[in-house]
Amino acid sequence: MIELENVSKSFTLHNQGSAVIPVMAGASLRVKPGECVALTGASGAGKSTLMRVIYGNYLAASGRVMVGDLDVAQAEPREILALRRETLGYVSQFLRVVPRVPTLEVVADPLLAVGVEKEAALDKAADLLSRLNIPKRLWSLSPTTFSGGEQQRVNIARGFAHEYPAMLLDEPTASLDATNRATVLSLIEEAKARGAAIVGIFHDVEARERACDREIDVSVFTPEMAA
Amino acid sequence: MSDYNFAYLDEQTKRMIRRAILKGLAVPGYQVPFASREMPMPYGWGTGGVQVSAATLTPDDTFKVIDQGADDTTNAVSIRKFFENTAGVAVTEETEKATVIQTRHRIPEAELNEDQILVYQVPIPEPLRFLEPRETETRKMHSLEEYGLMHVKLYEDISQHGDIATAYAYPVMVSDRYVMDPSPIPKFDNPKLEMSAIQLFGAGREQRIYAVPPHTKVVSLDFEDYPFEASKADHPCDLCAAEDSYLDEVILDDAGNRMFVCSDTDYCRSRRAAGHVGRLGTELGTEDAA
Amino acid sequence: MTPLLQVQGIEKRYGARIGCTDVSFDLFPGEVMGIVGESGSGKSTLLNCLAGHLEADAGQVVFDTRADGPVDTLTMSEPERRMLGRTDWAFVHQHARDGLRMSVSAGGNIGERLMAVGDRHYGDIRDKAIDWLGRVEINENRVDDRPTAFSGGMQQRLQIARNLVTGPRLVFMDEPTGGLDVSVQARLLDLLRGLVREMGLSAIIVTHDLAVVRLLADRLMVMKDGHVVEAGLTDQVLDDPQHAYTQLLVSSVLQV
Repeated sequence: MIELENVSKSFTLHNQGSAVIPVMAGASLRVKPGECVALTGASGAGKSTLMRVIYGNYLAASGRVMVGDLDVAQAEPREILALRRETLGYVSQFLRVVPRVPTLEVVADPLLAVGVEKEAALDKAADLLSRLNIPKRLWSLSPTTFSGGEQQRVNIARGFAHEYPAMLLDEPTASLDATNRATVLSLIEEAKARGAAIVGIFHDVEARERACDREIDVSVFTPEMAA
Repeated sequence: MSDYNFAYLDEQTKRMIRRAILKGLAVPGYQVPFASREMPMPYGWGTGGVQVSAATLTPDDTFKVIDQGADDTTNAVSIRKFFENTAGVAVTEETEKATVIQTRHRIPEAELNEDQILVYQVPIPEPLRFLEPRETETRKMHSLEEYGLMHVKLYEDISQHGDIATAYAYPVMVSDRYVMDPSPIPKFDNPKLEMSAIQLFGAGREQRIYAVPPHTKVVSLDFEDYPFEASKADHPCDLCAAEDSYLDEVILDDAGNRMFVCSDTDYCRSRRAAGHVGRLGTELGTEDAA
Repeated sequence: MTPLLQVQGIEKRYGARIGCTDVSFDLFPGEVMGIVGESGSGKSTLLNCLAGHLEADAGQVVFDTRADGPVDTLTMSEPERRMLGRTDWAFVHQHARDGLRMSVSAGGNIGERLMAVGDRHYGDIRDKAIDWLGRVEINENRVDDRPTAFSGGMQQRLQIARNLVTGPRLVFMDEPTGGLDVSVQARLLDLLRGLVREMGLSAIIVTHDLAVVRLLADRLMVMKDGHVVEAGLTDQVLDDPQHAYTQLLVSSVLQV
């Protein structure tokens, strides 16, 4: 489902003497439907960079980044947008939303985007928010004013609202208490059970061992120069 | 009189104005620019109408001038005198006898015939002007038939007054093509714009001439749910008892007494001559307030 | 899928100076494209060329019309282009006064486009105007007020209602949030985002505010000195800018 082949990534800093910083080279990995793969490696090894390359947020310098049938490294913006809408979900560490939109709608939004009926979308959103213990009285408020932990859970609810065939999870269990962490882990297991291919970053070893089928150490993709 | 060319204007100017008139008749409702001359009267006193009349009159014509329907106001009298002096044409106050009638703000009550020409004095010829100040833009709107703005004005009327409050200079669509300002005639007169006589419109200050040929379709703009209505004061004339004429309201005293009289003085006079007597009227020939 | 708009080699010169040159892109139905760049970069010139407000010196702006399919709007007759401007196209000006009739009530402002395309039923026009006031979050009891009595944010929302009432398919926006308070901006952006999705609008938004394009635009074009220096997916261009100028632009934004 997710297949990287010999992907490299470098940053060229034009305004700092055109310094070229290679951050990744020869990255290859395959994730099958129903499989969860953890990216490991020291901080700065390029775990987040790799996720961003898969999501199309960073432009790969070379190689193939296949998600389903689409090569993200070569795709048109609208193809990537369609991919993100239908196929590839991303739970980042930070919630980025339009101010003023109520939490319930923030979570239902990905469902509405793929054409789910409003009522069904809101029901699903309500269900997820309940599971993640967001008090009902907060649902009508914008999450911009929530605490860090609450925002993180809203973000997870939003990420799991639509049943994406492929998912990227960036520290989904960070800053969560034991109960909520358990909920997130079961959400991941449910996603795997329905056949989602998942790439994740988990610092929490226990969570990683429970959710993931195997690990890939990204430091093998780190070019010598940058190390 | 020999000091002036016939009807004051020189022949070259008349030819220029006649060309504008013919063009106006050929394209009903279209505002034809013309090189308006300085006339021996101030702008706003009918300089446009006077130039059109001057270019239209022949020595055999009989000329009549009305101002708000009356033959005897300063404006009407001085224009009539002007052509008596400079053209030596016959003048009349009787609508039926006139061949050229210059008017300000009214159409005579008596039906006009195909041997007559009605010349309107026009202050602002551009019906779109109040909402669109740019001449370049209004010209484009006319040429492309973009008349949505005209209805915006009527919309504003209804939203502010409950109905279309525009009571005079009520915009019309001429021959299904051009939106035209019929000059500040009361909307009561609008249905009469479809007539047998030739109608010519002259705006001196704005340098525009336009025309409506005989029997041309003229439709007052409106909304489906707020149709056009030709309204007048709901009274008979207090002098001649006419029920069908446009009325002026006259305040009689400080006690709030008032009377309604025909604005068309010739129409009222002829009815009284035929023996009609209104609430405050007396038989013609005896002394009365009017 | 046929692109809604195909722009090919647009160029506009002011004498020897370049307004914009060699601009080409396709815009698909439902897509929102942002054009960013500093003052004088040619982004407004480009927008005005696309919308037909300025005559381009070269290039094509092919629009997929409802009746005749793709037509080059630059070679269209003026009546056709103006008709397009009243029906399928809309233009939201930076200053609401440029896009509103300030002496006409809010209802009349919204109703104008309806009347321009032939609506002649006062009651229907008024109902639609009131409906649209609601959609842009203006109380319906303001329907007979003139925009002179409105705040800047309300005027801008009224301008949007006036433009969208005929259900256009392509909206051009020139700095739609410029000159508004930050809180008012957020409300406007949220509103625009909702309308864009709900109506399936395509839009081209010119702005110098990167936060605006991050929220509204799917794609981004970065302009400098009349040239497009970089184009791509909005978040990719903002998070991984490739061109020197884009890197400078992105790094110049103050972090809040």
